Amino acid sequence: MPTFVYMTRCDGCGQCVDICPSDIMHIDKGLRRAYNIEPNMCWECYSCVKACPHHAIDVRGYADFAPLGHSVRVHRDEEKGVIAWRIKFRNGKKDMDLLAPITTKPWGTGIPQLANEAAPSSDMRDSQLLFNEPKYVRLDDGDLHTLESNGLKLKEGVYY
Amino acid sequence: MGYKTIIEDDIDVLVAGAGLGGTGAAFEARYWGKDKKIVIAEKANIDRSGAVAQGLYAINCYMGTRFGENNPEDHVRYARIDLMGMVREDLAFDMARHVDSAVHQFEEWGLPLMRDPKTGAYQREGRWQIMIHGESYKPIVAEAAKKSADKVFNRICVTHLLMDEAKDNRVAGAVGFNVRTGNYHVFKSKTVICGAGGASNIFKPRSVGEGAGRVWYAPWSSGSAYGLMIEAGAKMTQMENRIVLARFKDGYGPVGAYFLHLKTYTQNAYGEEYESKWFPELQKMVGKEYLDPEASHRTHRPIPTCLRNHALINEVNAGRGPIHMVTMEAFQDPHLEEIGWHNFLGMTVGQAVLWAATDVDPKYENPELTTSEPYVMGSHATGCGAWCSGPEDVSPEEYFWGYNRMTTVEGLFGAGDAVGGTPHAFSSGSFTEGRLAAKAACKYIDDGKGEGIRVSDAQINRRKEEIYKPLETYTVGRNEIVAGSVNPNYINPRQGLDRLQKLMDEYCGGFGVNYMTNDKLLNIGLKKMAALGEDLDKVAASDIHELLRAWELKHRFLTSESVFHHTLFREETRWPGYYYRGDAMKVDDENWHVLTVSRRDPQTGEYTMEKAPLYHLVGDEES
Ligand SMILES: Cc1cc2nc3c(=O)[nH]c(=O)nc-3n(C[C@H](O)[C@H](O)[C@H](O)COP(=O)(O)OP(=O)(O)OC[C@H]3O[C@@H](n4cnc5c(N)ncnc54)[C@H](O)[C@@H]3O)c2cc1C
Ligand code: SF4
Ligand code: SF4
Repeated sequence: MPTFVYMTRCDGCGQCVDICPSDIMHIDKGLRRAYNIEPNMCWECYSCVKACPHHAIDVRGYADFAPLGHSVRVHRDEEKGVIAWRIKFRNGKKDMDLLAPITTKPWGTGIPQLANEAAPSSDMRDSQLLFNEPKYVRLDDGDLHTLESNGLKLKEGVYY
Repeated sequence: MGYKTIIEDDIDVLVAGAGLGGTGAAFEARYWGKDKKIVIAEKANIDRSGAVAQGLYAINCYMGTRFGENNPEDHVRYARIDLMGMVREDLAFDMARHVDSAVHQFEEWGLPLMRDPKTGAYQREGRWQIMIHGESYKPIVAEAAKKSADKVFNRICVTHLLMDEAKDNRVAGAVGFNVRTGNYHVFKSKTVICGAGGASNIFKPRSVGEGAGRVWYAPWSSGSAYGLMIEAGAKMTQMENRIVLARFKDGYGPVGAYFLHLKTYTQNAYGEEYESKWFPELQKMVGKEYLDPEASHRTHRPIPTCLRNHALINEVNAGRGPIHMVTMEAFQDPHLEEIGWHNFLGMTVGQAVLWAATDVDPKYENPELTTSEPYVMGSHATGCGAWCSGPEDVSPEEYFWGYNRMTTVEGLFGAGDAVGGTPHAFSSGSFTEGRLAAKAACKYIDDGKGEGIRVSDAQINRRKEEIYKPLETYTVGRNEIVAGSVNPNYINPRQGLDRLQKLMDEYCGGFGVNYMTNDKLLNIGLKKMAALGEDLDKVAASDIHELLRAWELKHRFLTSESVFHHTLFREETRWPGYYYRGDAMKVDDENWHVLTVSRRDPQTGEYTMEKAPLYHLVGDEES
């Protein structure tokens, strides 16, 4: 479903240009508004739709298989930590509102700054452990699994 | 051409491509390398890049050892069954024993994981999958990577790795260009962790025209992980092991939650169960060891995904298509209906758009399924990628050369799709591999292995010239014609991509030929690939955006060439339902119970192929 931009809503802020993973939202130099320069490389990922502060971007199903007259709109709110969707069918019979959380914490606050963590000991460096392990693997006192601990061998040949 | 050269020097860890693997690498590298210089070079914007740009509704690899659910070796056996035996089990075991710690961190970072209200454990979708509200999965892991990295360069298309001129076969960084400013970027680095992802769009897609971007894996998955590593002379493995997906028709919406959680099932156009009738014949092709429906029924041993594809493809060819997903039962439950829709909105919005456009209400109508064009990637249910060292305490000698996840090029590591032989890693496993690679890369540096790298100006300038050549080709060639895109001296990236896709489809087993190929076709295909390779020296780009497409195409080309060689080398049909070698229609364990390994000589472009032994995890009592 390639995206398109409503002329009257876009103010040329460039948020969509900044986010599109396919590099296909560009600003038209004459109109100073955004548009999709390469619809056949659009994944309908909605990244730009979610990022547009003016809801100026919408999606119209791919011409090769999607009839006209449907709508899937979205509003993503980082502060509230939710995303809201509205799906409308072509025949008007179905109209759904769906809401989902996008985070359980105020944005970014749960992520550690690893530069401030205590440096790993040389024992840990020589072990197979990663940051926060073994604790974070099992959240008990158990250690990391090894071939020995699990009674395993790697054997050449045909095993099923 | 007036583009600036911007050099970033003295990097310790360069992450080339920051999707799930790359963000895991950048995050973890800071812990093991407190004072190391960690830099990210990413083609798009790290907040929404890679296969997880639009989010995920499930984490498909989680052991649940915390809840007493599975051990790592259970997952390895599952991957082994699903891939008809072809797995690097040392790498798979290593990933599986660490993966839960990544997932537990995600929860702490704010990723909403669903819980089973009865048990308090994470809500299972299937034995290995847990359900999440993952719309912001990528921005969350990106945040972690940004906190750890010294610098993040967004919008840098990495085109080549830099090679050390002081020591043979050692990496020294990477180069690329900024897809907005056009500037040339040079990253001199002791190590590179390649996380540039798998390949979509190398086989002709079913979608046409405007819809060509509707591929299952993201259209920006340009095979760059493979292109970069192959070009540098790294050994690759299992590149023939492409994947074909059975998905909802046209939108390619995911089916995992439908099968596993909603308990929907498939039937043919006439409402009949069709799978089981194809199995007796199929069993003769693959052997009872790989397909034993009775045993599967008794023990819940999964039937390999490719074999289920085989049944679907054959049923359609027999004239009883389309295949339908029976949703009308499950969707009567409003809660399950909601999950069905959320599942799309969380990871493949386009499927919701398509059903809204075509008035498909799965409550009253069973939607169509189809098999996709093939994809080449190494983290989903298939194992293409670089031949990498495993961990010291697990790997046998043939699989170990000093540093975990290091390729056969010194200082060059991989994560996610980049690493071969590790199917079923998915998002969480890719992130975990990035962490493992980062720890190993730091150790490599601390051991002094990255000392004294030398990159001459000659190398830097040679690459610069090469990178911008398509712009030059365009400028010179276009003056010969009045207007338009037809030119006798060059092709544009779209024209090149169309040629590649058609070639791959017809000669390498795409959907257009029912996934069938043979030695003759492959040899003809390789000849045509050689001509395409020559024409790609003359690919033309009218602007910087097209230059991006030109380099994506070159990476896709290198990936495809490798797929051709590997497919030709493995003289058997190991994965019916993914592709068929018409001249060798059986699984042949006597000759081919091995991993395939290739190397492309960077100087000559010649390929050499070899077999590598397969080691399996067996319990003490079985040995
Ligand atoms: C439709 C779909 C559904 C999926 N469902 C699930 C699921 O339910 N659960 C699950 O766990 N997994 C799922 N996966 C799989 C998961 O997304 C992948 O396994 C994972 O993202 C692979 O990680 P990666 O780092 O190898 O690649 P990616 O995450 O794709 O990252 C690659 C990165 O490299 C960058 N890059 C590419 N080329 C270059 C270049 N030349 N220069 C610089 N940077 C570059 C890209 O921009 C990107 O950021 C799904 C994938 C898809 C597409
Ligand atoms: S939907 Fe995705 S691919 Fe399409 S223009 Fe928007 S951000 Fe780009
Ligand atoms: S984000 Fe919206 S308003 Fe800003 S340029 Fe894009 S379409 Fe226009």
